[in-house]
Amino acid sequence: MRYSLSSLIANTLNGHKSWPVAWRKAEPRPAYDAIIVGGGGHGLATAYYLAKEHGLTNVAVLEKGWLASGNIGRNTTIIRSNYMLPGNTHFYEWSLKLWETLSRELNFNAMVSQRGVINLAHTPAQLDAYARRGNAMRLAGVDAELLDRAELARRVPGLDLSDGARFPVLGGICQPRGGTVRHDAVAWGYARAADRLGVDIIENCAVTGFTFDGDRVSGVETTRGAIAAKKVGVAVAGSTSEVMRLAGFDRLPIESHVLQAFVSEGLKPFLDTVVTFGAGHLYISQSDKGGLVFGGDIDGYNSYAQRGNLPVVEDVAATACAMFPSLSRLRLLRSWGGIMDMSMDGSPIIDRTPKPGLYLNAGWCYGGFKATPASGWCFAHTIAKDEPHPLNAAFSLDRFRTGALLDERGAGATPRLH
Amino acid sequence: MTGFRLDEGGALIDRARPLSFRFDGHSEIGFAGDTLASALLASGHRLFGRSFKYHRPRGLLGAGPEEPNALMTLGDSSDREPNIQATMAEVYEGLSAESQNRWPSLKHDLMAGPLALMAPGLKAGFYYKTFMGPGRKAWDFYEPIIRRAAGLGRASHAPDDSRYEKTNAFCDVLVVGGGPAGLAAALTAARSGARVLLADETAAFGGSLFESLASLDGMAAQDWAENAVAELTALPTVRLLPRTTVYGYYDGNVLGAVERVQDHLAERDPDLPRHRHWTVHAGRVVLATGAIERPLVFAGNDLPGVMLASAVERYLTRYAVAAGRSAVVFGANNAIYRSAERLKAAGVDVRAVVDARPNPPQEPAHHIASAGIALHAGTLVSEATGRRGLKAVRLARADASGQPRDGWTETIETELLAVSGGWTPTIHLASQAGGPPVWSADRDAFLPGTPREAWTAAGAANGTADLAALMADGARAAGEAASSLGFDSGVTVVPTIEDPDATATPVRPLRAIRTRKGRGKAFVDFQNDVTASDVRLAHQEGYRSVEHLKRYTTLGMATDQGKTSNVNALALMAEAQGAAIPEVGTTRFRPPYTPVSLGALAGREVGAHFRPVRRTPMHDWHVAQGADMIAAGAWMRPRVYRRDGESVTDAYIREARTVREAAGMVDVSTLGKITVQGPDAGEFLNRVYVNGFGKLAVGKARYGVMLREDGFVYDDGTTWRLADDDFLMTTTTANAAGVLARLEKHLAVDWPDLRVAVASATDQWAGLALAGPKSREILQRVIDDLDLSNEGTPFMAVRRAHVGSMPVIVARLSFSGELAYEVHCGARDGLAVWEAIHEAGQTSGLVAYGTEALGTLRIEKGHVSGPELDGRTTLADLGMAKMASTKKPFVGQALMDRAAMTVADRKLMVGLKVLDDRPVRTGAHIVSDTMPESVASLGHVTSPTYSPALGCHIALALVSGGGKEGDRLTVVDPIRSGEHIPVEVVSPHFFDPEGDRLHG
Amino acid sequence: MRIPCPVCGPRSVSEFTYEGDATVTRPALDADADAWFAAVYQRANPRGPHSELWHHMGGCRSIIRVERDTGTHAITGASLVSPHEASE
Repeated sequence: MRYSLSSLIANTLNGHKSWPVAWRKAEPRPAYDAIIVGGGGHGLATAYYLAKEHGLTNVAVLEKGWLASGNIGRNTTIIRSNYMLPGNTHFYEWSLKLWETLSRELNFNAMVSQRGVINLAHTPAQLDAYARRGNAMRLAGVDAELLDRAELARRVPGLDLSDGARFPVLGGICQPRGGTVRHDAVAWGYARAADRLGVDIIENCAVTGFTFDGDRVSGVETTRGAIAAKKVGVAVAGSTSEVMRLAGFDRLPIESHVLQAFVSEGLKPFLDTVVTFGAGHLYISQSDKGGLVFGGDIDGYNSYAQRGNLPVVEDVAATACAMFPSLSRLRLLRSWGGIMDMSMDGSPIIDRTPKPGLYLNAGWCYGGFKATPASGWCFAHTIAKDEPHPLNAAFSLDRFRTGALLDERGAGATPRLH
Repeated sequence: MTGFRLDEGGALIDRARPLSFRFDGHSEIGFAGDTLASALLASGHRLFGRSFKYHRPRGLLGAGPEEPNALMTLGDSSDREPNIQATMAEVYEGLSAESQNRWPSLKHDLMAGPLALMAPGLKAGFYYKTFMGPGRKAWDFYEPIIRRAAGLGRASHAPDDSRYEKTNAFCDVLVVGGGPAGLAAALTAARSGARVLLADETAAFGGSLFESLASLDGMAAQDWAENAVAELTALPTVRLLPRTTVYGYYDGNVLGAVERVQDHLAERDPDLPRHRHWTVHAGRVVLATGAIERPLVFAGNDLPGVMLASAVERYLTRYAVAAGRSAVVFGANNAIYRSAERLKAAGVDVRAVVDARPNPPQEPAHHIASAGIALHAGTLVSEATGRRGLKAVRLARADASGQPRDGWTETIETELLAVSGGWTPTIHLASQAGGPPVWSADRDAFLPGTPREAWTAAGAANGTADLAALMADGARAAGEAASSLGFDSGVTVVPTIEDPDATATPVRPLRAIRTRKGRGKAFVDFQNDVTASDVRLAHQEGYRSVEHLKRYTTLGMATDQGKTSNVNALALMAEAQGAAIPEVGTTRFRPPYTPVSLGALAGREVGAHFRPVRRTPMHDWHVAQGADMIAAGAWMRPRVYRRDGESVTDAYIREARTVREAAGMVDVSTLGKITVQGPDAGEFLNRVYVNGFGKLAVGKARYGVMLREDGFVYDDGTTWRLADDDFLMTTTTANAAGVLARLEKHLAVDWPDLRVAVASATDQWAGLALAGPKSREILQRVIDDLDLSNEGTPFMAVRRAHVGSMPVIVARLSFSGELAYEVHCGARDGLAVWEAIHEAGQTSGLVAYGTEALGTLRIEKGHVSGPELDGRTTLADLGMAKMASTKKPFVGQALMDRAAMTVADRKLMVGLKVLDDRPVRTGAHIVSDTMPESVASLGHVTSPTYSPALGCHIALALVSGGGKEGDRLTVVDPIRSGEHIPVEVVSPHFFDPEGDRLHG
Repeated sequence: MRIPCPVCGPRSVSEFTYEGDATVTRPALDADADAWFAAVYQRANPRGPHSELWHHMGGCRSIIRVERDTGTHAITGASLVSPHEASE
């Protein structure tokens, strides 16, 4: 049943009796043309685009737990394409273009809200660095504008623009087309749309091994039995190292770190855009339900625990209050953690692997959510065509060996610094 | 009017201290000790708020942190604080409270009518199914409307003037919760000699002892609690923290707690914080966190007047408030009989006890019969009716499955319905620091799982109901905790208890009572307006895992975090799935247990104190001279010393020109300085720098570059050999801490055999650079124990000398390309040395210069700095490939020549000369010709300046392939201007490439 | 999280900087690019027991080898990486 105002009215009149399941509770079949390991945003998007763009519908998505239980439902919902390095700019811009039509494409309202993403600058050098990034974006056809203090005051009431601030705000850069998206809806929307195209979405099905025919992948072993597949794509974010170990990859340029996220109690509209701090790490926006959603740095140590520790909580709160001195009287409602697959240069991997038929989508660091559509789109292309699309050609696995790194922060091979 | 204050009683209120406060603009009265909820209830209020989604009228459900409905905004417009539970806020003189999520008033909310009409369409997840058209931008239209309708309280944008602070506490045993189990635990641990910290979220310790009719050691329960608190207070090893919520349980037995120090006071002490955050480092923790009563799910269960039975009792015993003049009590456990008796004794017209159990226990049944209260056994309240508040309840006979048979049997008019759906142990902290909660069918509740940290749950948090048992549980837990830490645990404090309520309560699960069609909504989550049918719809649409259910329906996501809704929702989902509750699962609790102010978490690290500021010893001088100070990391540095009427540009051009023509001095105290000492120091430096240091002569300095292990350039600076085994390394300001950490790691981990010690000396030294053709004569005026000539102090020489009596190190180094000296001294002499040299230079035209002129001078020389060392450049990119030694290996060597790091189109550093008189700016991009903006970027301008020496605008830039000298390129800066500026590629060594001047 | 510094005693994690997998050792400086590639970029990144280095930056500045479970954060041991001899 298509979702629409008329179907909603019809269902309202019949007591909502005819809404079908959003996606079938599929049982694993013995064999598929392609299996996507990981029922998160990227995996579901990949399956959808395999079916939609490449006509590959004999596809299964295998999810260890409940659908979208990982980072797709644990992030701070920000979308943007304000990257500096060409390898990133074009990819994230394609993602943003896909976001712009996603709700209608999936027939599922993901509440794509292009409310703008503003990065604050606190020194002239930082304003210059933003100009460099903004110019790179503009030259690549991406929207970007510099904001002065007066404009910031207008767009972001409550922001500390005083000279008494420890790091007085001098200006900022804004990507007007950036914004937020209702994160769970993205996963559910892709799941429902992929399901309609014939994709089997199989929850509570953990991959326990890979099978090979020589070097070529021939399927997976799971808690629900062996499943054959011509191609297997792995998109498991924080679990990448553990899953790829099962396929014989003992070491990868990835560390798993915990990133905490936070939400305040619900408030009437308080902040109409997304703002990030420039003299520390903090990003904040307000959800449609009214909670202020914010996050900061990763805790900074290897973790699979989906929870962090107090020093980061305190630092994030202090940074939030430094930005908005009114926030101290508001209250933190909930915190949670997600496991980030931190790559060694801060940029992702979407590539073939040395084992034919096995493909890897990983290394998203903080940035996985906004990449979801393009990641799925490019990963589907890479799997279907057995070669990367030009948009993800830079996200190669061997770049760490060759030195073709995509290091937006220039921090080097230290995951906790990206 | 419904609720009223009793003439006597009220353990927590002080009738001698009446208080006046305001609610929605009207004057109200209460007593000291009242909560906002109890005071308003006492004055007959039933309506406390409007629900999130449907704006339905809501009253009090609970009396503590579980309250989902009665959220208020406290304070006046600029310092208002939204979403405060009226049940947790203590009343004080002058308090101002406002109801939320209603317009224009709580009683007449214009949103309520339309929303009630639309409600059938607004089921769980409706917004995912619509608002997608017409047009791509449809959501842009709907979203602002939805945002305005959603949200709860309205927050102020005005800065918060309150002070918050943070502190640490170290204790042997932390007891969370000051009810009977917690008090028994605290006494037991304290008497064993352990350092004890006892925290309770309310103002008074005692918990359910306030409602107990038991005698403890022959005393009334309340008196026993008072004695216990007195004993604990007197012990020096015990700290009691009332009004303190332990909200988070972190790794290593570290817990976060927030003490609300002054929220209850009318006159706030300016010397005390509003909230104090405690980071508690505990040896062992006893979680005596109690339990929260569950509401029941039936049609109309959200009407004001429907309350938890335990809350009704609390208002009676603690605040002497009856929640209604007439009452019906409904549940399936023995506690409801006590509630009925209590209400009756308080003068409330108790019209019925409705016990879902077909065969209620005889003794309590007999009791209420003798009190003249009607008992309806095997009966359910199938519906509550009324418009803005409860008017009547309808009863129905229960069938074998515990669900109502057809039709109702009786309607009873009543103002109050006290309900009890059993108890949910408060296992939030246990869940944060332990395994998944374990379902106990026996106790009809989730109990704490396996601890991951050193805690023991005790009392009602463990599912224990009986007073004697739960106090014994608390004492046992504390005894074990203390003895595990080596304290004598011969004592366990369990009073002798005689408890009339001590009959074992047979549990009969009672949760959701099926609603007849059209008979109104049955709410599961009150605050987020999630109904039983929403849960069923989620199941129908396949959102069946607990997390999907939560996320799809928003159940448990409100500010109460599902404290009252969780188990009922799970039961409904279990019923829909035909499964048992544990098969449906439960969700993991995450910090905080109840909302925590961001101010408490931030503490004093706000405003100007957000981060420390580092100032050089000469800071005040710079400020006094009118310098524009600028942040360089944590440091403050002078940017320019502007004179009257000068712009920043005018000033830096004047300063830089003066350096080239006469002399200038700049504060370089911020440079990182690291002592590298030991017999193997030379070898060590050989490994960390790309160029050789082992053969550096004593008394000489050398410029060095270090790479990261991945082969990219990391940092640069000069290192001086002060003695054979004593070097002083300087680093960039930005990387001072990072370089030291690297050196320490190399020595500890990679090369433990090297006999070298490193230490930071940045803060111990002050430094200045004196540059310009007249620098020698100026410096010689203040130094008479060192020959500064080319012979006495040649280029790169490092010498010890004195300025007056102050020892200094003079290093003949030049970043500007001029004859120049760095003068370093002890930090305490920094200002005096600076002033002495400044004074001595006045006759020679010496000026102080800032970071802008510093930049100009180094750009003219083609020296790299932060903008070029951006973490992505290689030695070769920066034209420094020849610096790399081929005679010895160094960090980064193995990876610096990887395939992609040597390709022809890498961005290489070049000089650019602007071909007209327009400036170019940092961050501008470079394109190949004068074509418009769509042309691909070839690189960017890293360091531009006007060059007074060359009389034109120049820049360092990173350009793909580097180009060759004489190439014409175009600089574009679309984000800042539409200009296309023609430039020519030149050598980055713009000025005096032969270096004649610095050898002068 | 509290890290038991062998020099200072248990201290808050906020005093320490994480230096990653302790089982990855740096090859000789003149080793080839493959060896350095492995050391700089490749990580086992296990879920479960993990030997790792922590730098006590806000304390004694020792580098400490900590045995910690990445699944639970439980710390089972800590030792100085390179105990300096008392005579030094």
